Amino acid sequence: MTNIFELLKGNPEDSDYENKGVIVQGITGSYGSIHAKQMIAYGTNVVAGVTPGKGDQKFEDTVPVYNTMQEAVDATSAKISIVFVPAKFFLSAAKDALESGIKLLVAIPEHVPIRDTMEALDLANKKGATIIGPNTPGIMIPELIKIGIMPPMPFKAGKIAVLSKSGTLLYEISDALTNSGFGQSITIGIGGDPVNGTRLIDAFEMLKDIPDMEGLVIVGEIGGDSEEILAQRIIDSGFNKPTVAYIAGRAAPKEKRMGHAGAIVMGNYGSAESKVSMFNKANIPVAKRPAEVPVLLAGKMEKSD
Amino acid sequence: MQLLEFQAKELFREYGINLLASISSTNIEEGRKHVKELGYPFVIKIQVPVGGRGKAGGIQKCQNDDEFELKYPQVMDLTIKGEKARAILLEKMADIKKELYLSIFLNRSKRCYTIIASAEGGVEIESVKSQIIKEVGLGEVSDELAKEVAKEMKLEGKTAEQFIDTLKKLSKLTIEKEAELVEINPLAIMQDDSIMALDGKFVTDDNSNFRHPELQQYQEKTAIEEQAEKNGFSLVELDGDIAVVGNGAGLVMSTLDMLSDNGGKPACFLDVGGGATTESVYEALTLISQLPKVKGILVNLYGGIVKTTVVAEAFLKAYENNLIDLPVFSRLKGTESEKAKEMLENSRTNVFDTVEDAINAAVMGIKK
Repeated sequence: MTNIFELLKGNPEDSDYENKGVIVQGITGSYGSIHAKQMIAYGTNVVAGVTPGKGDQKFEDTVPVYNTMQEAVDATSAKISIVFVPAKFFLSAAKDALESGIKLLVAIPEHVPIRDTMEALDLANKKGATIIGPNTPGIMIPELIKIGIMPPMPFKAGKIAVLSKSGTLLYEISDALTNSGFGQSITIGIGGDPVNGTRLIDAFEMLKDIPDMEGLVIVGEIGGDSEEILAQRIIDSGFNKPTVAYIAGRAAPKEKRMGHAGAIVMGNYGSAESKVSMFNKANIPVAKRPAEVPVLLAGKMEKSD
Repeated sequence: MQLLEFQAKELFREYGINLLASISSTNIEEGRKHVKELGYPFVIKIQVPVGGRGKAGGIQKCQNDDEFELKYPQVMDLTIKGEKARAILLEKMADIKKELYLSIFLNRSKRCYTIIASAEGGVEIESVKSQIIKEVGLGEVSDELAKEVAKEMKLEGKTAEQFIDTLKKLSKLTIEKEAELVEINPLAIMQDDSIMALDGKFVTDDNSNFRHPELQQYQEKTAIEEQAEKNGFSLVELDGDIAVVGNGAGLVMSTLDMLSDNGGKPACFLDVGGGATTESVYEALTLISQLPKVKGILVNLYGGIVKTTVVAEAFLKAYENNLIDLPVFSRLKGTESEKAKEMLENSRTNVFDTVEDAINAAVMGIKK
């Protein structure tokens, strides 16, 4: 299982401990450049950018830009990349990264064809790499490293892990948690696509044994059965840290795609009722509103004291 | 996008899957012309992109001209799960021995194509206990796997041969068109032991549309849906009277849920995407102004780094240009929100600190 904290922070004996290098694929594009700047401002160590054909430039006069991932990785030894290319170029960007030795790839683009995601995942498996996304806001350890597009304000360092299929709900719920005194140890955007590089259950496996995690928040939505699978895994593993869930889309009509490619109910498959009842079975309360999440979490914390 | 049955069958025909004779039409004059060609008896089938057609009376047997004249307009006038008839398919009546089920879909949790087959077809697959489920990987279904499925279905002779052939063709179709789901239910065994696809369901992965210009002809978008897509918005039209707008699919779904919990009825789901600019919010209001029945607009924007004054400008511009004259109930989270409130003070846009307050005000305001 991927040790996500080791990937993001490294080991205390590393010279780059808590300062791991990140390569930005698509750094000269309008979207990539905005977010590269914001990541740098947050303290993320952006060591290189890649844009084919723009290999001799410097981004913001400091970050070297390369034509290929191989050149960027050779020059920096970075193991992390974040991809901002248009969806139709995602697969080739991901291959370029994975073939060059990237171990954590954060895939921001929305509208990546499912087949391309599956091919990228197939390669990632062979290379022992992890993909977060596509269609994700990214991953962060608040106040340490941000590899994504999330605004900084909602987040604060702490001991609650937050997993979310939705971007803005991740911000909203983290904001509510922060305001109630619950900082976050890590937040992982699973993404709103039908096929996710890191599924809820994978993210859970990455986090469940971390000693200083005090609670877990799962932000799901209609579509698929990854919440149900996670709930079953929580039951089977005997995981007993305070856990709270939120499910968006209870009022959504069936057979309609609600914004996210993955947010669609077919028959009972993917319905909010199915997810809520599995969480209830796992003794995980499900908030009715985002603002209710910290209230339920506080209740769970009290009980576990 | 879910194709209509006759469109799915056009693809089946292209891939050589056995079908009964059928002809689609969009009005009774056109339909009459096909009657002679097809010959009685046949079945009149409504073409809507949702299931449950049989139960809703959308599939009718037809033996003669009198029945045709009576039933064609009846079926054409049906609305099933909010969907009006897009066309009518006339299909030859079949002499069936047994109904099977067969589908290939993109398995989200296993991340590969997966076959579901069953010897009990013709009913909703969720209710079928004896499902044969086989993971395929990313490639086509092999001979061995197809034979294995036929064996587990206890098919023999000509039926088994044709089933294997159908499964392989279906797999080729699924992969080449990058479908999320292709389903034949029922797949029938005929009196002569041949295999025939009696229905067809085909769900595309719209994100791969750029690689499939051949599927574009099936895209049936309303003008308003096209306008939404052009702006990079996601729009789902609903039955109620409060338009719901926000940024991010999850946030808008969540707003829809809370509105419904409070007794409000959403008129639409409109996701303007991650960011929010004066232009995008103005475009969203333009779309809403074209929806019927809307009495108020509920806006939930979680800005983060978005300046709410920019959003406020869009509302003011929309009133100024007489684009909308509706009350807006908004929660704008972002920077400069005090200034945004001031800007909107004398307008019909009410700004609230929490989404709960905005929702309560919207529900109360609309009732009045």
